[in-house]
Amino acid sequence: MAQVVRSPKMYDVCVVGSGAGGGMAAKILTEGGLSVALLEAGPQVYPEKDYKMFMWPYQLPHRGVGVGGRAAENFGEFLAPNGAWTIEGEPYTSSPGSNFQWFRSRIVGGRTNHWGRIALRFSPVDFQSYTRDGLGTDWPIAYEDIAPYYDKVESYIGVFGTKENVSSAPDGVFLPPPKPRCTELIVKKACDKLNIICIPSRMAILTKSVNGRLPCHYCGQCGRGCTTASNFSSSQVLIPPAQATGKLTLITGAMAREVLVGADGKARGVSYIDKATHSEKRIAARAVVLAASACESARLLLNSKSPTFSDGLANSSGAVGRYLMDSVGSSGQGYFPQLEKMPPHNHDGTGGMHMYMPWWKFDRQNDFPRGYHIEFGGGRDMPGVGMFSQLCYDREGYGTQLKATARRLYGTTIGFAGRGEMIPNADTYCEIDRNIVDEWGIPVLRFHFKWSEYELRQAKDMQETFRAIVEAAGGQYLTKTAIDGQYPFGIEEGGKIIHEVGTARMGADPKTSVLNGYCQAHDVKNLYVTDGASLVTNPDKNPTLTIMALAWRASDHLLDEAKKGNV
Amino acid sequence: MNNHSVTRRDILRTLVVGTVAGSVLQMVPAQAAEYAHGLIEMEKAASPSGNYVPKYFSSHQYETLKLLCDIIVPQDKHSGGAVEAGAPEFIDLLTSENQEYQTRFGGGLVWLDSHCADLYDKTLLQVSPEQRTQVLDEIAYRKNGLQDASLTQGIAFFSFLRKLTFDAFFTSKIGIDDLQYIGNTSLREFPGCPALPEA
Repeated sequence: MAQVVRSPKMYDVCVVGSGAGGGMAAKILTEGGLSVALLEAGPQVYPEKDYKMFMWPYQLPHRGVGVGGRAAENFGEFLAPNGAWTIEGEPYTSSPGSNFQWFRSRIVGGRTNHWGRIALRFSPVDFQSYTRDGLGTDWPIAYEDIAPYYDKVESYIGVFGTKENVSSAPDGVFLPPPKPRCTELIVKKACDKLNIICIPSRMAILTKSVNGRLPCHYCGQCGRGCTTASNFSSSQVLIPPAQATGKLTLITGAMAREVLVGADGKARGVSYIDKATHSEKRIAARAVVLAASACESARLLLNSKSPTFSDGLANSSGAVGRYLMDSVGSSGQGYFPQLEKMPPHNHDGTGGMHMYMPWWKFDRQNDFPRGYHIEFGGGRDMPGVGMFSQLCYDREGYGTQLKATARRLYGTTIGFAGRGEMIPNADTYCEIDRNIVDEWGIPVLRFHFKWSEYELRQAKDMQETFRAIVEAAGGQYLTKTAIDGQYPFGIEEGGKIIHEVGTARMGADPKTSVLNGYCQAHDVKNLYVTDGASLVTNPDKNPTLTIMALAWRASDHLLDEAKKGNV
Repeated sequence: MNNHSVTRRDILRTLVVGTVAGSVLQMVPAQAAEYAHGLIEMEKAASPSGNYVPKYFSSHQYETLKLLCDIIVPQDKHSGGAVEAGAPEFIDLLTSENQEYQTRFGGGLVWLDSHCADLYDKTLLQVSPEQRTQVLDEIAYRKNGLQDASLTQGIAFFSFLRKLTFDAFFTSKIGIDDLQYIGNTSLREFPGCPALPEA
């Protein structure tokens, strides 16, 4: 039997995961003087080699869709590396009828290498939704507690935007926004007619130099990763300063399997499988920070069973794995005849949208709780595989006529995507699958997922709004959705929006929550969780900015506790 | 029009110069050079050459595939056709790696030849241009399958081939130029919308 290798060194903190939450914890803790062992399940990332910036589709034999065309389902070969819905040797399961989709990224920086860079603050009411409508639970913290950290994160990573004074979308510390594209001006005009708020988006992309990082060069390819680090990723913006302190030990290929607990009930380190040698190794540490992604951290806690913690670590509440939420997602497309007349021009801009619609119906009664925002994009984007698939299907035929139709209709559609708040429900959670382990011998997750009537009504409202916007602009709405079946109103499968959060939620009451307001486990004082697991609700704002603000705040708290000798 | 744009070489130079003290960037000149070299190698590797040896299709099937690709996206006054754009190589490569594609394309090509044999006792390559047009016009539209159920498999095959051929053509250099896409380059400032046309 393989011998377990124990690291002779005692670290101050072992951080699991190097994405938004783990990268931020590693930075703040090392800069605060603590020694940190950072475990990452994937390999190192080399932006100059791994990112496909400026590459044309024809420079790859597979034109971006990968071996056998199979990379297309994982957003293609151009996506910054190692994100996938399925990972060989690392399965997960879903209960019948659930079909939860889990996008994981095993690489330094995790999903921040390719994420959409949409950086939205939660609003004050988002922390007290229960008080407002009686659904779910209030947060143990208020907007005022997190606001200084939003300021710090935005100042450090760089976010463009504008001050708009919209109550559902608090203003932040913003760099100037890029100029709108033609598609965005058209949609903005239509939104004005409909009294829908349409404002410059808030994205973690530099329009001016910040901390030596060059400003954006407007190639529109943020999802591929940026070799100039002009957008935010943990691998380029958080890990390097942590490394510069000399206090960081980054261990790649390290698949965490269990948080180790001492006889005193405190965490004393992490056991992991070294993927290169398939052997178990252990890191000894005075405190442990989990940031492996919401569900992965829940999995770790549930797999960390001991006589003291027979239901998993920090799980006396039974809340670990519960309250799983994704964003409500539904999308649609419109054809805009005025775009046929656009002269060819560079339409790339930053990666993603320059404008968006924050939740605008907060001042009225709707037939669903909470709200959603709308993202949109389209126009004369770089051609890629799949761009004309719908046209081929709709128009059929072949030859010069079909070729001419494609040429004429190129760049004339705009896609809309709603991102809404899901209310946590009892049928949606993850647990340990009793029958299956991954290739590292670690029991895997089993997901249960269900949308409720609340979310379906929200998706219906999204579809009606997309149509109204397209038609107000003189366009034609192309998307047809069913009112029932597998995807009513085009609602996406759970997990598809990749905003899964909530599986180790914070709360004032240790009986119903896993963490306190500082992301510190109620049951284990030297254990913190700084990824999306701590979120009590999942407002329609993409969670990454909030994850980083909470991670920074949790790290400050841990530094403080360390100084007091409490951990 | 594109006077703000700089070449890829320029951006690589910027990257190197941009590695200043205090920067969180870890770019070094050698890595930048390696990156540029990799791009050029890949460009060479992906360029369609006349000596392509099919990985999956038999030579007869590959000739049939080439014919079909150029019929689906032919040369016109704007640009070349799908063969010049490398569509047969792209389709052959994906098919060689994907069993589902092998069934759909391999089987589809045999179906098409058998169909031509039933009608004209010849393969698709051998029938006259008029006969070929007649056969393809039948399988290019879903509505024909409603009247003649024996065509539905051929229609499904042609639909898949049409999609892949369009994918290949419009991701090729000539296809992208045909669309007059401008971009994939470095700009100092994003110029915004030139002039918004009325609906």
